[in-house]
Amino acid sequence: MRAALFVPCYVDQLWPEVALASADLLERFGVEVRFSPEQTCCGQPFLNAGLPAEARALAQRCAAAFEGEEPVVCPSASCAAMLRHQLPRLLGAGSAALAGRVYELCEFLVDELGVRAVGGRFPRRVGLQPGCHGVRELGLARPSERVGPDFDKVGALLASVGGLELVAAARGDECCGFGGSFSVEEPEVSCRMGLDRLAALEAAGAEVLTSTDASCLLHLRGLAERRGSALRMMHVAEILAGREPPP
Amino acid sequence: MRARRDAAAAALPEWERLRERAAAIRRHTLANLGAYLEEFERNATRLGAHVHWARDAAEHNAIVEGILRERGVRRAVKSKSMLTEECGLNAHLEARGIEVVDTDLGERIVQLRREPPSHIVLPAVHLRRQEVGALFHEHLGSAAGLDDPAELAEVARRALRAAFLGAQAGLTGVNFALAESGGLVICTNEGNADLGMTLPPLHVACLGIEKLLPRAADLAVFLRLLARSATGQAITAYSSHVHGPRPGGELHVVLVDNGRSALLADAELRGALACIRCGACLNTCPVYRRSGGHSYATPVAGPIGSVLGAAREPERHASLPFACSLCGSCREVCPVRIDLPLQLVALRGRLRGRERTPRRLALRLAAAAMARPALFEGAARLARGLLAVLPESWWRRTPWGRGRARPPLPRRSFREEWRRRGR
Repeated sequence: MRAALFVPCYVDQLWPEVALASADLLERFGVEVRFSPEQTCCGQPFLNAGLPAEARALAQRCAAAFEGEEPVVCPSASCAAMLRHQLPRLLGAGSAALAGRVYELCEFLVDELGVRAVGGRFPRRVGLQPGCHGVRELGLARPSERVGPDFDKVGALLASVGGLELVAAARGDECCGFGGSFSVEEPEVSCRMGLDRLAALEAAGAEVLTSTDASCLLHLRGLAERRGSALRMMHVAEILAGREPPP
Repeated sequence: MRARRDAAAAALPEWERLRERAAAIRRHTLANLGAYLEEFERNATRLGAHVHWARDAAEHNAIVEGILRERGVRRAVKSKSMLTEECGLNAHLEARGIEVVDTDLGERIVQLRREPPSHIVLPAVHLRRQEVGALFHEHLGSAAGLDDPAELAEVARRALRAAFLGAQAGLTGVNFALAESGGLVICTNEGNADLGMTLPPLHVACLGIEKLLPRAADLAVFLRLLARSATGQAITAYSSHVHGPRPGGELHVVLVDNGRSALLADAELRGALACIRCGACLNTCPVYRRSGGHSYATPVAGPIGSVLGAAREPERHASLPFACSLCGSCREVCPVRIDLPLQLVALRGRLRGRERTPRRLALRLAAAAMARPALFEGAARLARGLLAVLPESWWRRTPWGRGRARPPLPRRSFREEWRRRGR
């Protein structure tokens, strides 16, 4: 099977290891990974900053970069949700076909490849801060607000790694406060939210903090480092691909 | 509150179906609002109520003042009504010599403090019991230092009882108005609306035109959702039905538009009219919970208040739609499934469209660079280089760097590394 890797612009520039680990992980399960350098940004930052015209132009470009039939796999729930839910709103029904073949990385492994265990060892206590858009827009887990059967696709993959202990933090799927433009429009509230998440995850005993979204982790890592916290941040792709935590 | 709501919702296996049903009923009602309003007016009039129509807050206040003045009312009691907060009714009546006593305990507390409610269901949630004790000591003559919640409630109860007995009119809000019967449903936990509308001979009920439900049977959906979403109770302590005036009494119903028709005509935002004012979106919102209701400076705070406030007065409340991380929790708790994040993003587009600021210019330049992969790569490499060498004093003055350490910067971007590996 072939898949197009959709690398979020900030991952490309600020945390390339997330995309490299994603490619390794997909290849481990027999996927031929392709990367089109025509891709840049899905347009979400501009849509959420109140610039829909700019967002539409970038979304159009993004759609063109992923023409074809291949599944598009993205190591960011938020960018995947943008392509799946906002693209048809911005570009019309013509983009529905693309929207229908976009997947968040873990979602692709579980739903399309049928992966139940990724193998490897990671003998640490891991706290999962799920991306809000993964939980509430892509349905990667049961949102805490919803009534229904429990499931957690990302958590299940992590738990399949040898030695990995998944810890449960209070208010497990509460927003970390990143929120894109929110993090600079309302930095005080944004930081307060992030510090509260860090406190909850530390109280639960986490050594490593992971997420489907590197954007949330960049925010949390900045907060943790400023405070001298011992929590280490790793994207879920890095853990699943067998990378070691940063020093 | 959020935990109590979750437990109450989880106790009903049909919860998600109830929400879907409620959303469908509200959509249908709003799509046929004109017809249902006329049906309600016909039936309420047949029951002996006087129905008034107010285009805006000023008309609403003038109508209520007129009703009270014609009957020589000097003292009135009022149960909780976010609509009268929105219209500024208390200030209007007090300026004209009519005393209004709020009878909901939380409302009475913020009224004595001369401040607006900070929450639509829990008006005084921003106060501690010690602050309430000091307030009651000053205004109601309770003992200094009294801060036991039950004893404070008893102090308020005694003071309010006198207000009830001396009132010549009872003003109330309305939770639901039923088109098929012309009836009103008013929900409280304290029974204060019931006293207010049965002791004095005159009852004036004020409601926004969106409060309509087609049939009494619809209450089976909404009464189950309302209290569970609001406080985690199975049902409010009192769900009172009013069909016409009590014997020998008078009932006036004031239907208020005040911008609701304009919202109904707005395809992107009309869903906000489905709101039943349960407060669940406030209770779950991570921003509301940290910044408090007064920071919104709108009659209704929280996610729904950001939409209603910015839709009504875009200039004044331009910052509200941006004060949201778009986590989506409000949409998931909403008993009528209002897509608040989507509405907030739509409002951002309208508000930012008017701006001419450096930040907007920078964003547009970034968007232009992103549209050309080679330019994006070059500009981003330059930015990474700058970010690495700019002094820490600069970093700490940026909105991002004030609270967050600078990220370690990779030598090569992913696309550079991918190319280098010959992929």
